[in-house]
Amino acid sequence: MKTGVLVFGWGNASRGDDALGPLCVERLREACADLPGVEFLDDYQLQVEHALDLVGRERILFIDASLGAPAPFEVVPVTAAARPEIGTHALSPSALLQVYRAVQGEDAPPSTLLAIRGQAFELGAAPSAAALRHLDAAVAWALNWLAAPAASRRRELPPTSSAETLPTGA
Amino acid sequence: MNRSLETAAHPQGLKRVAIEPVSRVEGHGKVTILLDEQHRVQQVRLHIVEFRGFEKFIEGRPYWEVPVMVQRLCGICPVSHHLAASKALDHVVGALPVTPSADKIRRLMHYGQVMQSNALHFFHLASPDLLFGFDSEVNRRNIVGVAEAHPDIARKGVMLRKFGQEVIRVTAGKRVHGTGSVPGGVNKHVSAADREMLQRDVAQMTAWARDAVDIAKQLHAQNPALYDSFGTCRSNMLSLVRADGALELYDGVIRARDAAGAILFDGASDQGYLDLIEEEVKPWSYMKFPFLKSLGPAAGWYRVGPLARLQNCDFVPSPLAESERREFLDWGHGEPIHAPLAYHWARMIEVLHCMEVIAELLDDPDILAGERMAGGARRRGGIGVIEAPRGTLIHHYEVGDDDLVTMCNLIVSTTHNNQAMNEAVRSVAREYLDGQELTEGLLNHIEVAIRAYDPCLSCATHALGQMPLEVSLIDARGETLDRVRRSSQGELQRGAVG
Repeated sequence: MKTGVLVFGWGNASRGDDALGPLCVERLREACADLPGVEFLDDYQLQVEHALDLVGRERILFIDASLGAPAPFEVVPVTAAARPEIGTHALSPSALLQVYRAVQGEDAPPSTLLAIRGQAFELGAAPSAAALRHLDAAVAWALNWLAAPAASRRRELPPTSSAETLPTGA
Repeated sequence: MNRSLETAAHPQGLKRVAIEPVSRVEGHGKVTILLDEQHRVQQVRLHIVEFRGFEKFIEGRPYWEVPVMVQRLCGICPVSHHLAASKALDHVVGALPVTPSADKIRRLMHYGQVMQSNALHFFHLASPDLLFGFDSEVNRRNIVGVAEAHPDIARKGVMLRKFGQEVIRVTAGKRVHGTGSVPGGVNKHVSAADREMLQRDVAQMTAWARDAVDIAKQLHAQNPALYDSFGTCRSNMLSLVRADGALELYDGVIRARDAAGAILFDGASDQGYLDLIEEEVKPWSYMKFPFLKSLGPAAGWYRVGPLARLQNCDFVPSPLAESERREFLDWGHGEPIHAPLAYHWARMIEVLHCMEVIAELLDDPDILAGERMAGGARRRGGIGVIEAPRGTLIHHYEVGDDDLVTMCNLIVSTTHNNQAMNEAVRSVAREYLDGQELTEGLLNHIEVAIRAYDPCLSCATHALGQMPLEVSLIDARGETLDRVRRSSQGELQRGAVG
């Protein structure tokens, strides 16, 4: 049975700072072992079938490493967008929500992206020291997000502003 | 063939166009085109990043970690690496053969992987070009555009992918970083509950796979001239086949045919791949160019993948897919089909075959019970060859007395197809770009030819904002005259260099 909240991180644990998404999920999973109603998933990349993981959720937190986010992280509301995918087999969160809309015939649950600043993505490398500091800050923010009531989170993330960067709390 | 476009006679006076990175291709690829003053194409090259770092990544690790570690080489086909490594290391632990249960559970995992990967390619990566046109509106030419215009097709693609992922989960143990296959066998059976869960969906998935074959067929029928000629170049073909000549994706002998369909060699043991294949180094590319040793580098390059597999085998050992293969072969009127766009049709026939095999394996009691592990005399090395979604995948390891890997050699499908992809883009450049003012739509023709091979450049790094497409026009002195940049949001920006 699916839980109300989905926390979904992605990245390659053997690609330096690309591990930030799965590492953040791992930290949150350990910290929230007793928190009911939350499911944690991780994968290498976002793919079309992940749209089905979103079905029936109250809300969703996506987590990924980002080259473009300001340090230590940024938080962005995600809305479905018909944007082309460039350069990869994988999907962006907004494209995944658009696929959800096409497959399910309705809008996806409210979704938020936690983009953690990374900078080095070499195969076989460990996450950089800077990235791990960003991870600490991101985990702290995510724990607050998970603990906050749903109503206050909706006020926090205006749904009309898919490109707006919210305060990072750093 | 278009080998004359590999190296221009006088590159000094030519304009250079670079497509970097190639979009909807996993990892980083770059195409460079040299044009003369009349926009005539003089040189075309596809460059792909090097793979050697992956082998160094493996060397020095305990051999039993390798089937799990190699999954991190690629976010697209981790299961293929997982199983190729396991097969290679079966030799090290003396598990020759593995038990029937292990063989069937691995096969189930593998056919689930090939099915879902081929489905992803067709529905997600290729269908935007095929359904909307190669030079259609760029903002629509993507999976989201397909989902809006053809929601039924998009939904089937998603559900086929999901089913394949579920097959992987119940056999590998987890959605990602699976540990199901180990040197010598597997570490778990399929549970009865999981088997029933999968069996409930088999009929529907098989029906959708047949629909997918029909879509590919219809695309060919609607525009046969395009589908037969686009990027076409004749080549040898190589793949595994079963000992009796049947299509075989998990374990078999190596067979190669020439461009006319005559068998060059057959029944070759995968343990002797170094006697069959050699890799040529070219100064302008990080990736090597494999060729058949018996023919040499000029005539010995070959294709792998669905198009090669369906024509290399004598038959498909499942009735629905075999019927479709015969119809596919009829399209060639007795001659081998060399058109890159035919990869899509062949790929969908493989999806159907995979569903038939999955259905058969799910009915087999050996996946629920029986010996999981085998063993025997320890060896110092092993070779594992498998037919991954994109083609033949070779893993070769040597292991020291301390159990640490001392040598790793990987030849991935995309490397086998390196020359074939270069030939395809040269053919397309000569046909469509020669003498033309370049546009995004024309450049996309180049990318369509590459994507037909579904090259996976084994890069699972995908951090947000990393993948713009940039095309630069550079004069003979190296100065940029013009630049078109497509952002990660798909916006096109053109103008003088600031």
